[in-house]
Amino acid sequence: MSDGPDLLPLGPDGLLLRFSDRLGDAPNRAAIAFRAAFDETAPEGVVETATSLTSVFVRFHPDRIARADVETAVRTTLDSRDWSDADLPAGRSLWTLPAAFGGAEGPDLEEAADLAGLTPEEAVRQICEVPLRVLALGFAPGQPYLGFLSETWNIPRRTEVTPRVPRGAVVVAVRQVIPFANAAPTGWRQVGRTAFRCHDPKADPAIPLRPGDEVRFRPAAPSDLARLETEPFGGATREALA
Amino acid sequence: MTLKVERAGPALSVQDGGREGLLGLGLSRGGAADRGAWLEGLALLGLPPGTASIEMAGVGGRFLVEAPVRIALTGAQMKATLDGAPLEWDAGHVATAGSVLDIGAAVSGVYGYLTVAGGIATEPELGGRGFHGIAGLGRPLRDGDHLPLASDPTPDAPPMRLSGRSRSAEPLRVMPGPQTASFPDEVRTAFEAATFTRSPRANRQGVRLDHDGAPFATGGQLTLVSDFIAEGDIQMTGDGAPYVLLADCQTMGGYPRIGTVLPADLPRIAQAGPGEALRFRFVTVDEATAAWESDETILGRLRRGLVPRVRDPREMSDLLSYDLVDRPPREVTGE
Repeated sequence: MSDGPDLLPLGPDGLLLRFSDRLGDAPNRAAIAFRAAFDETAPEGVVETATSLTSVFVRFHPDRIARADVETAVRTTLDSRDWSDADLPAGRSLWTLPAAFGGAEGPDLEEAADLAGLTPEEAVRQICEVPLRVLALGFAPGQPYLGFLSETWNIPRRTEVTPRVPRGAVVVAVRQVIPFANAAPTGWRQVGRTAFRCHDPKADPAIPLRPGDEVRFRPAAPSDLARLETEPFGGATREALA
Repeated sequence: MTLKVERAGPALSVQDGGREGLLGLGLSRGGAADRGAWLEGLALLGLPPGTASIEMAGVGGRFLVEAPVRIALTGAQMKATLDGAPLEWDAGHVATAGSVLDIGAAVSGVYGYLTVAGGIATEPELGGRGFHGIAGLGRPLRDGDHLPLASDPTPDAPPMRLSGRSRSAEPLRVMPGPQTASFPDEVRTAFEAATFTRSPRANRQGVRLDHDGAPFATGGQLTLVSDFIAEGDIQMTGDGAPYVLLADCQTMGGYPRIGTVLPADLPRIAQAGPGEALRFRFVTVDEATAAWESDETILGRLRRGLVPRVRDPREMSDLLSYDLVDRPPREVTGE
């Protein structure tokens, strides 16, 4: 498969613009930036666009627009610039998520830090040091794949799946961090827990994060989590990114 | 007005057309597992697209009708009675206040639909009313639930039935997807030549397919980055067994997918009985896109195909209450 963007059918009413079939910073930025630009000029009959880790999905109603015309519109936007160095779109947010690390809230912190060649303290410092981009939302509603940690964090998933981590579990693998939307089994290592809910029917918006937003973790005491759970967005705060 | 669920089968849920437009936020559309059968229920009662019905997987339940209401039964055929009198499937009926609707086990197929005019009116969440298990939206119905109903737009419409269902035995149509070309030709050929059955390991997320031949090779593709899934995608899992993704699939997946089953053919997989033979054939992208129909188009076609349901006098326990001779019917007198 090529490294360049591929335009591929995905279902009778969809197509996929795939910037790469390997995860990386450039194709993720390209996907998020392309989607924002395409939305500005999307032709009538296009009903949904979305980004994954490295792709843009475009869904259309075939009784309102021909597939070939959607493809032409996508190619026109694609050819309008070099997307590999595109700036991320305006209107994004920086979220600060309080999370407790280690101990009962992060039972795998020591193991994960060890694999990354770090002390647990240094591991937490690095996880909280820089804002991580919402690369994509998936697996459960509103659940972000956050990246990228430095290369030292290119640690594999476990071969044995942990049968259940709780909602809010902060897990790491392959230079990414995920706060879990729901209790679920996982092969990723749990290093902490946050009171932030990726999908909260009582919050507005119910799904707070958007691809391209940034998330910075802030260390909190385990004893703070119960109180944070009563606060809007689990104590997370939001500011606009310039 | 409400419908009371006196006794719920093990997998009863409210379902509608699903939640569209949220793929990028991590939510697949969901909605009725057999979209065609759900739309048939709406067509029988003259209800608009998007109306919520009750989906019954395998077994129905017992429902108490609290006020006169029109109902329709579609999808997997189940044994149904209204106050003990058998009800015709794939048809609309009128239930009087206080009557008890009993729906038993499926005789054929998996997903049956009980549609109640003018639709289940529970509170929507993220733009839909359907239970979406992996997304944590809604819950299965339980004994004692009272389901609010929207008012019936045409309470006096005569009962209708579907005009004969043609059960296709043709191979299911599959269109190529983003990873199809990465499967070797011989794997695609073997896939088209194989005969599958629906594994008991099946639910609203997907159906695993069993077959007698060798497992299907996935090549070195298991390290691919996760990417969008389409409903109907056939993914080749690590053990080489195809798994067809249904309404409640995840939005992204890392397994390679050999193709996408067309929406019109997908209900046959969802509804396949044990041992029922399933085969696939590839069609072109153009054929697949040409075969696509909106809910509105499907509903219009279904409505044009309805025929009046003539009540069989032998089923009419209330026959003596009818004035059979002297008076013209109410539609004539306008009373």
